[in-house]
Amino acid sequence: MIIETPNSSVGKLNAQEILQAINVTISYSGNPAIDNLSLSVPEHQITAVIGPSGCGKSTLLRSFNRMNDFIPDVELKGRILYMGEDLYSSEIDPVEVRRRIGMVFQKPNPFPKSIFQNVAWGPSINGYTGSLEERVEKSLHQAVLWDEVKDRLQDSALELSGGQQQRLCIARALAMEPEIILMDEPCSALDPISTAHIEDLMFELKLRYTIIIVTHNMQQAARVSDFTVFLENGRLVEFGNTQEVFTRPKEKRTEEYVTGRFG
Amino acid sequence: MLDSKLSGFSSAQINKKRFRVGEEIVRGLLFLAAFLSVITTFSIVAVLAQEAATFFSEVSFWDFLSGTKWTPLLEPRSFGVLPLVGGTLLIVVGAALIAIPIGLASAIYLAEYSSDQVRSVVKPILEVLAGIPTVVYGYFALTFITPLLEIVLPSTKIFNAASGSIVVGIMVLPMVASLCDDALRAVPSSLRQAGYALGATQFEVILRVALPAALSGIMASFVLAASRAIGETMAVTLAAGATPNLTFNPLESIQTMTAYIVQVSLGDTPAGTVEYQTIFAVASLLFAMTLSLNIFAQKILNRFREVYD
Amino acid sequence: MKNQSLRQRYAIGRIFHLVCVGLTWLGVFVLFILLFHVSREGVAWLDLQFLDSFPSRFPQKAGIKSALLGTVWLISFTATISIPVGVAAAIYLEEYPKRSGISHFIEINIANLAGVPSIVYGILGLVIFVRFMGFGRSIVAGSLTMSLLILPVIIIAAREALRAVPTSIRQSAFALGATHWQTIRSQVLPVALPGILTGVILALSRAVGETAPLIMIGALTYVAFVPEGPMDPFTVLPIQIFNWASRPQDEFHQVAAAGIIVLLVVLLMMNGVAIWIRHWAERRQR
Repeated sequence: MIIETPNSSVGKLNAQEILQAINVTISYSGNPAIDNLSLSVPEHQITAVIGPSGCGKSTLLRSFNRMNDFIPDVELKGRILYMGEDLYSSEIDPVEVRRRIGMVFQKPNPFPKSIFQNVAWGPSINGYTGSLEERVEKSLHQAVLWDEVKDRLQDSALELSGGQQQRLCIARALAMEPEIILMDEPCSALDPISTAHIEDLMFELKLRYTIIIVTHNMQQAARVSDFTVFLENGRLVEFGNTQEVFTRPKEKRTEEYVTGRFG
Repeated sequence: MLDSKLSGFSSAQINKKRFRVGEEIVRGLLFLAAFLSVITTFSIVAVLAQEAATFFSEVSFWDFLSGTKWTPLLEPRSFGVLPLVGGTLLIVVGAALIAIPIGLASAIYLAEYSSDQVRSVVKPILEVLAGIPTVVYGYFALTFITPLLEIVLPSTKIFNAASGSIVVGIMVLPMVASLCDDALRAVPSSLRQAGYALGATQFEVILRVALPAALSGIMASFVLAASRAIGETMAVTLAAGATPNLTFNPLESIQTMTAYIVQVSLGDTPAGTVEYQTIFAVASLLFAMTLSLNIFAQKILNRFREVYD
Repeated sequence: MKNQSLRQRYAIGRIFHLVCVGLTWLGVFVLFILLFHVSREGVAWLDLQFLDSFPSRFPQKAGIKSALLGTVWLISFTATISIPVGVAAAIYLEEYPKRSGISHFIEINIANLAGVPSIVYGILGLVIFVRFMGFGRSIVAGSLTMSLLILPVIIIAAREALRAVPTSIRQSAFALGATHWQTIRSQVLPVALPGILTGVILALSRAVGETAPLIMIGALTYVAFVPEGPMDPFTVLPIQIFNWASRPQDEFHQVAAAGIIVLLVVLLMMNGVAIWIRHWAERRQR
């Protein structure tokens, strides 16, 4: 399936697209942070969003689960489609959007509760009627944290190390069984070993989920992702297969960025 | 459907926007609680204005504001409020003479000179001073300060303005100290560093750099302290007296606006009489004075914040 | 020549420093004088008989029982009314998105109300609660009046406690599909609770010491009985102290001092609880 998008390069996708942005412009108090951007995110793949500081990566990510709604004076033009439905239509409940599109933040931020309560909280407030214990265990397994915490589920989440806390936050997001997981620089506050753990984790996760990861670390993007989106100044410069974007980029600007001529 | 059961994968279709009744009810109740403040303000104004209007239909506004005799309860009646205002101002000025130097000096000491250890002792003590009920201060004025004054200045009467104002000053100085301390600490240290780099001594940096930079906050604290002193009731009721007396002599007995209101309510004044209405007239004036001062202080503070934001 | 003026500058600086130190410690000193004076005057009159008797024409027989119990009644009712309303208002202002003009207008009102003299609240209470709503000179009227008085204090303190909760907690909660109220109830409030409690206790201790508004609503100054219900008339510690201090006899002044000691002890206990809560919370937050 070929996606025609204005002012960007064409990428050939073989996968079903689960999320689409069509001519999206996001402005804060009149100043555009994302300018007329269109792209498609393929299912069950890892899509990395890269670009220099301030290019709008986080803004874009947060628009996918309507977390930008909390910022005063923000305006979104264009459409963002999830499985064909416009996420910003006035009929759609943002709370429902966030149940299906989860998020992991840059700095690990578990709730000041027990490990168990952290993972169980999402499903329980959303009316989960099944067994919370099973759900928690399943999510912790998926986040490759179960073995480390299974004997101390009632301990405070704040006692875990940074890397463990971030995996807990991933488990917390997984407990909602979302379709898409948004990750906003999830490893930038972690040490290299924890980072490696989480990168391994992502390969496992993409079998069941779709992952969109914002990262300022190009090597990480190259290591981990299947598709890469390169943004600059709120505009989409290039989008395509990670291999191609990094080795045979179509745009000069892309080449300059990935070879480190500016950052 | 991802409604009451989360099982397996979530369905692709997103539920339509739901009007969550529970959420809206909660939000409405919380809003009402917050809106109560508006209702309160409105009620205060309405209550005061209503009776005051009746009062001013019988007593001329000009006579009220400019008259120098206040004898509403005795014949011949006179409704000139100046003695009460004078009494209040005498207290405020006296209080300011105590609260401003000591408060500001304490703030400078805490913010510029003292170690953290000293600060952790002095600040709580100032807070304790602020927390002592006004009745206690009234008692202190009556049974300690006044006798002391009588020894030093034999012409002091048993009820006198000086005693009341000293004690109100003590009451208000923690507020001055705290606000000035905040104002000084808000001055960026880079400014002070610049002063030192130019060869200034610590005193000079404080005097020429820190204090001017914190000036708005400091001035605001003075205005707020004055407003607080105007509204002070029990200490002056106990110590300063119940004789409306327009004078500059602090050793005489006077009556403040607040003390007058207390006096009338301690007696049995039937509603609807002019005496009852005087409460509202005086209270309206009191309210107007403190409100203006508070707004003025807020304006000064806003200008202060602008500079540093 | 330059050294001379430098020495002078330093000398002035030292004098200024000393003045600041001196004035500060003067303020501290005053507190101790006050406490010492009160204790010296009152401690002799402080005994169980004092705590258990009613006021009387005779200073030896005078007691603080009615005032003490009146204070307990009044504060209990005031707390019941003002805490939910104050915390609710703080939650609304802090946690829900600002709806253009209204929130700002409410905030201005609260700031202004915080600076209104307490006696004006008394007048408000007199007209609205005592007369208009017909509660008479009762504990109910007193509690409602005092609640209005301390409401701005509670709101401001509660808002600060809510603001201290890290935003990341709210963000994570929303990202999991939680609604506003779910987030507040289940994540924000538990974390903010110690701070709110501390603020509430401090507001209530302010209420304990208030006199003028209660005189306005007609709390009696000579009460020789214990209230038995919320519609009963009453008196409170500060009013009783005021009553004794207003009398010409020296002995009643000493009785007043004893009353003050009781009042200060009550305040000390309340503040002690507030400090203990603050320490317990800090320990828990590790």
